[in-house]
Amino acid sequence: MNILNLFKVSIRAVANNKMRSFLSMLGIIIGVAAIIIMMSIGQGSKESIRQELSTMGTNLLTIRPGADMRGGVRQDPSAMQTLKIGDYQCIVNEKKFVSYVSPEVTASGQVIYGNSNTTSTIYGESPEYLDIKQWKVEEGQNFNEEDIRKASKVCVVGKTIVNELFGEGKEAEAIGKNIRFKSIPLRIVGVLEGKGYNSWGMDQDNVIIAPYTCVMKRIAAQTYFSSIVCSALTEELSDAAIEELTQILRNNHKLKENAVDDFTIRSQAEMMDTMSSTMDTVTIILVVAAAFSLLVAGIGIMNIMLVSVTERTKEIGLRMAVGATGMVISLQFLIESVLISLTGGLIGVLLGCLISQLFPLIGMPSSIPAWSIYVSFAVCTLIGIIFGYIPARKAANMDPIEAIRHE
Amino acid sequence: MNSQQDKRKVVIELDNVKRYFQVGSETVKALRGVSFKIYEGEFVTIMGTSGSGKSTLLNQLGCLDTPTSGEYYLDGTPVRKMSKNQRAKLRNRKIGFVFQNYNLLAKTTAVENVELPLMYNNKYTSKQRREAAIQALQAVGLGDRLEHKSNQMSGGQMQRVAIARALVNKPAVLLADEATGNLDTRTSFEMLVLFQKLHQEGHTIIFVTHNPEIAEYASRNINLRDGKVREDTINPHIKSAAEALAALPQPQDD
Repeated sequence: MNILNLFKVSIRAVANNKMRSFLSMLGIIIGVAAIIIMMSIGQGSKESIRQELSTMGTNLLTIRPGADMRGGVRQDPSAMQTLKIGDYQCIVNEKKFVSYVSPEVTASGQVIYGNSNTTSTIYGESPEYLDIKQWKVEEGQNFNEEDIRKASKVCVVGKTIVNELFGEGKEAEAIGKNIRFKSIPLRIVGVLEGKGYNSWGMDQDNVIIAPYTCVMKRIAAQTYFSSIVCSALTEELSDAAIEELTQILRNNHKLKENAVDDFTIRSQAEMMDTMSSTMDTVTIILVVAAAFSLLVAGIGIMNIMLVSVTERTKEIGLRMAVGATGMVISLQFLIESVLISLTGGLIGVLLGCLISQLFPLIGMPSSIPAWSIYVSFAVCTLIGIIFGYIPARKAANMDPIEAIRHE
Repeated sequence: MNSQQDKRKVVIELDNVKRYFQVGSETVKALRGVSFKIYEGEFVTIMGTSGSGKSTLLNQLGCLDTPTSGEYYLDGTPVRKMSKNQRAKLRNRKIGFVFQNYNLLAKTTAVENVELPLMYNNKYTSKQRREAAIQALQAVGLGDRLEHKSNQMSGGQMQRVAIARALVNKPAVLLADEATGNLDTRTSFEMLVLFQKLHQEGHTIIFVTHNPEIAEYASRNINLRDGKVREDTINPHIKSAAEALAALPQPQDD
């Protein structure tokens, strides 16, 4: 019997037992659909994070105080006070591969205007910060070097601050008003363009940006920076820029040749990789869970095929009597189980794709990786073969004499 | 047996065939040395009570089983040392089975049922297969029921399909196992008419049965007892099944 005929025979056998075939497919359908959905959500989130990080500037470099050892005790990096004004000045003076530099000092607290208040974070930065972040001032203007020198009590705010304190769409009115952050009055000189939420749910518009000198002296009362953010000239020059910054800071910190850096420099690309790998891990966990459901579905198929083989003992006996070899009989049943699992896989893929298309409607990013579809089909075929093998072998090993007289 | 018969082609030759089964510590001797030849064009009934070795002999003749000792030549081919797969192929080419309970594929049309043996013969194209199946069905008088499904047919019709299936590969021998066992008297005679017709057309038929009446319609009768041939007789007065059928009282219409 050639393969084409075997397929016809198997298709008929599946079609003759529609309900049963469908029920045994159901496990595969659900499993495959679940995998496709998990994959598409994973991929979608990854892509949206990647997109977001790249709009933040892929040439962004962040210098943080590094872990240090004090008497054998490793210190918490955020408690380190290694990044000082001198470091910032040196970078500004000596930079070649770095275009913009801004020190960063942050503080969180309540912001008050009139009888309205909200909670926000104040970022002490240099005027170049907006260039690094590629943020634009929509209303008013940015603060300048003069404000840095004088530690002026001025600020640029995000839209959320305006909405909370002045009301929706009152950007123009907010300019020139004094808000108070921890009792320090700050005059609003500019309002930033709206940017919305980022993919990990942070409101990017709930910010107050003020001259770093002002935040250091008047609000945080500290003499060190929590970090220094820079942007490399181009993304390709990120590594050169990191090298350069490392040398500048090492010289400035007078580190010996064999001493470890007391700071860390991370690029946006690195962050992206970290985020991606985190997403990958989550995706893998979900997919593995779904894969177990496929395993269970495969056992279901094996169960049905065993019942089917027993039920069709007489048919097998007849086929053998008229000349079917064990090989051909086992192929027939193997094709049947592959057919069930593959049809289930096909329906599962379609269902999964359909449901994945619905996720963006509720604001969840999804994107189906093409390879997940191929893998689904491959896995379904494999399931059909693996779990069809035992029933097929059972059929092939039947004795035609007994099989044909089986009642 | 006369010399004229000896010139005919030997289709089946059993040479001291023995078949023993090991059941626990006991050896069951189902066939204790059976020898006979069946020539082309004979219609032989093999009779015997249950336990006579009838079924075991049928399995041997049908190449479903191999002898413990002795040799069985089917159309000149020794079968005893053949592998399972070789025997499957041999059955496919040389033997046509008719079973007591028809053994048709469920929810399958007559033509497709008849095509089944040819499906396992790669020499046939699907077109040739269908033509051969239609021919076989016409030969058994079912030319007008090609597309009827097995569950839409009467017992007699199903058995005719089974006979057509046995004929479709142009076998060396037609092996019928109690082929009338499940049918009423009238239909049984109809089947016998068909078998006699096939006999006249030159088919070699072996009919295994426990019904002594059937022997009267065959050309030769082999009687088994305790795993041995007890009697092997030529039937000099073959009765006509067609006449017997005509003599039956007409079925009464209610």
